[in-house]
Amino acid sequence: MNIVVLVKLVPDLVEELSIDASGIKLDDSWLRLIINEFDDHAIEQAILLKEQSDAQVTIIAPDIEGVDDVLFTASAKGADRLIKLTGIDEGEINNHALGRAVANEIKDLQPDLLLTGVQANDDLDGPVGPLLAEFLGLPYVGYISGVKVDNNKVVARKEYPGGLIAEMEVTLPAALGIQAAEQPPRYVAVSKVRQTMKTATIEEKSVSELDPSGSLSISKMYQPEVGERATMIDGDEEEITAQLIELFQELGVM
Amino acid sequence: MTTEVVSKSPSFTNTFYSSLFDVPEGERIRACLQCATCSGVCPFGYLMDYPPGKMISTIRADIFDQVLQTDSVWLCVSCYACTEVCPAKIPLTPGLMTRTKEEMLLAGNVPSELQDALMNTQRYGNPLGESPRKRAAWADGLDPEVTIMRKAKRPVDVLWFVGDYASYHPRVQNSSKSLAKILNALNIDYGILGREESSDGDSQRLAGERGLFEVMAEKNAKAFNNYQFNQIITTDPHAYNAIKNEYPELGISYPVQHVVEFLVERLDQLKPLFKQELNARITYHDPCYLGRANGIYDAPRLLLEQIPGVELVEMSHNRTTSICCGGGGGGMWLDGYQWEKAHVRMSEWRIREAVTAGADILAVACPYETPRFEDAAKMVQGAGKLAVKDITELLSEAMEE
Repeated sequence: MNIVVLVKLVPDLVEELSIDASGIKLDDSWLRLIINEFDDHAIEQAILLKEQSDAQVTIIAPDIEGVDDVLFTASAKGADRLIKLTGIDEGEINNHALGRAVANEIKDLQPDLLLTGVQANDDLDGPVGPLLAEFLGLPYVGYISGVKVDNNKVVARKEYPGGLIAEMEVTLPAALGIQAAEQPPRYVAVSKVRQTMKTATIEEKSVSELDPSGSLSISKMYQPEVGERATMIDGDEEEITAQLIELFQELGVM
Repeated sequence: MTTEVVSKSPSFTNTFYSSLFDVPEGERIRACLQCATCSGVCPFGYLMDYPPGKMISTIRADIFDQVLQTDSVWLCVSCYACTEVCPAKIPLTPGLMTRTKEEMLLAGNVPSELQDALMNTQRYGNPLGESPRKRAAWADGLDPEVTIMRKAKRPVDVLWFVGDYASYHPRVQNSSKSLAKILNALNIDYGILGREESSDGDSQRLAGERGLFEVMAEKNAKAFNNYQFNQIITTDPHAYNAIKNEYPELGISYPVQHVVEFLVERLDQLKPLFKQELNARITYHDPCYLGRANGIYDAPRLLLEQIPGVELVEMSHNRTTSICCGGGGGGMWLDGYQWEKAHVRMSEWRIREAVTAGADILAVACPYETPRFEDAAKMVQGAGKLAVKDITELLSEAMEE
């Protein structure tokens, strides 16, 4: 079975995000990128499927700072093939363009199963999974937390709100949006990743042109504005408690 | 009749066993008498499927791979209790236990809590997952300003390696502020690396991530190389252990002292600075990496005895028999996992001893301990009034006008 996993790197929220001078995108001077957590689960699910059945796992990602590390780590976990899409201007790519570029690249691979994270924190124009499926003409099911292969079908566990779970039989080839792998993404020792860097190769495929049509244009990006009805209470425990009691009494709840 | 030698391809056990000889004195494992003192003294030995002595017997039976099928090695907090008592002087902690955790890690058999700490260390240079840019934020607003090497661009006498928890943990930052005050009062010309400092990585090393330890060491070496200083001091026994005992074989060699050693040498200058009587009964907890791992037992006691109004009492386990707080060897990041198995924490045992010793204050000298013991004190009956303070905080308090 041929499994392809699409992986994105997204803003790491450990650093405080700020808007740049244009007012429509993030300031990237201190921006750090991290693998989209759901894509990390997609990789794990793919490796699990490879361990359970005979499968080839290809990881594909757009070229951006930090992507090599992500790809080598995936290889250390057991991924067979690593593809990096180059020629993409960082920050200019949206999911419509990415979806088309990836579809173009992998249609020759003829994947049986396409896995990607169900969402990412920078999905301004919608999640990439359904777009990619559409461009490849594949069925798509999202919010998957378990995948079992059965010949040319998979049984996907789909999560609904309220704790409801459905098991859906999907005929391959198909695309799945991974919510959670069947186990948390495994750890790979630093020494193992370093070793992999010496043996694995990342194939570079350049993207001739990007087609972002169908996407949206951003008119304004801004931090949540501080509301007017929040009062910050300062002081030590005694002072704060005294103020709170006064406030509650004023409001008539105490 | 002679028996023919049958050549055997090395089993996993054999390869593992040979690797144990690479640790200094590692070949002493051959002299294991199977006395089980190690398994007996181990604080969580009673919970392990394979405590240290039993691990060695599986090696001898060529079935060590069985040990890797269980996950009980993650109950080991690398406290050196076993190493301390072994009559054959086998380096159990740095050798057997660390190598076993390395194998577990390579096999991907790691509790997810610990994974996060390891990944955070790699990405952000600290296991807490905090922004590296904020590593010196604890020093903001202090007067006089704490010298940051990158900004000061001049040599200093002493480089203070602050460490992860002393930089980022809200409770432990207070010890850092206290030490800044003490160093200023002693007119020490010191500086810190701030965001150029990475985790010492020692606990991560003992949790099985040798590769990660070396990456962190390389980063610190680069930072050290940029500046001139006469020695390094640190409040963190784990950082002390790394810089003193592990860094030199990586080619990184600097004179280093733990803050208690540094201050005890300057006791004559400290004493006149004490203005307050603390009027407390204090018991001192020997941190594993100051005590058993590095033999420093007297210096902290000397310091505490000099504080006016202090009566020093000992807990029933002290010095070489001190009971670990549970934070080492990855324990700091295995709390949930260990709790599930043990339903008790080592730190709670220790708090009970402090209460029994009649102490008002439990004095500590390691950044893991302050938050661990404070949390444990909330769980132990009778410990409601027990205060937990770092030695630097106590010295600083005694210096207040």
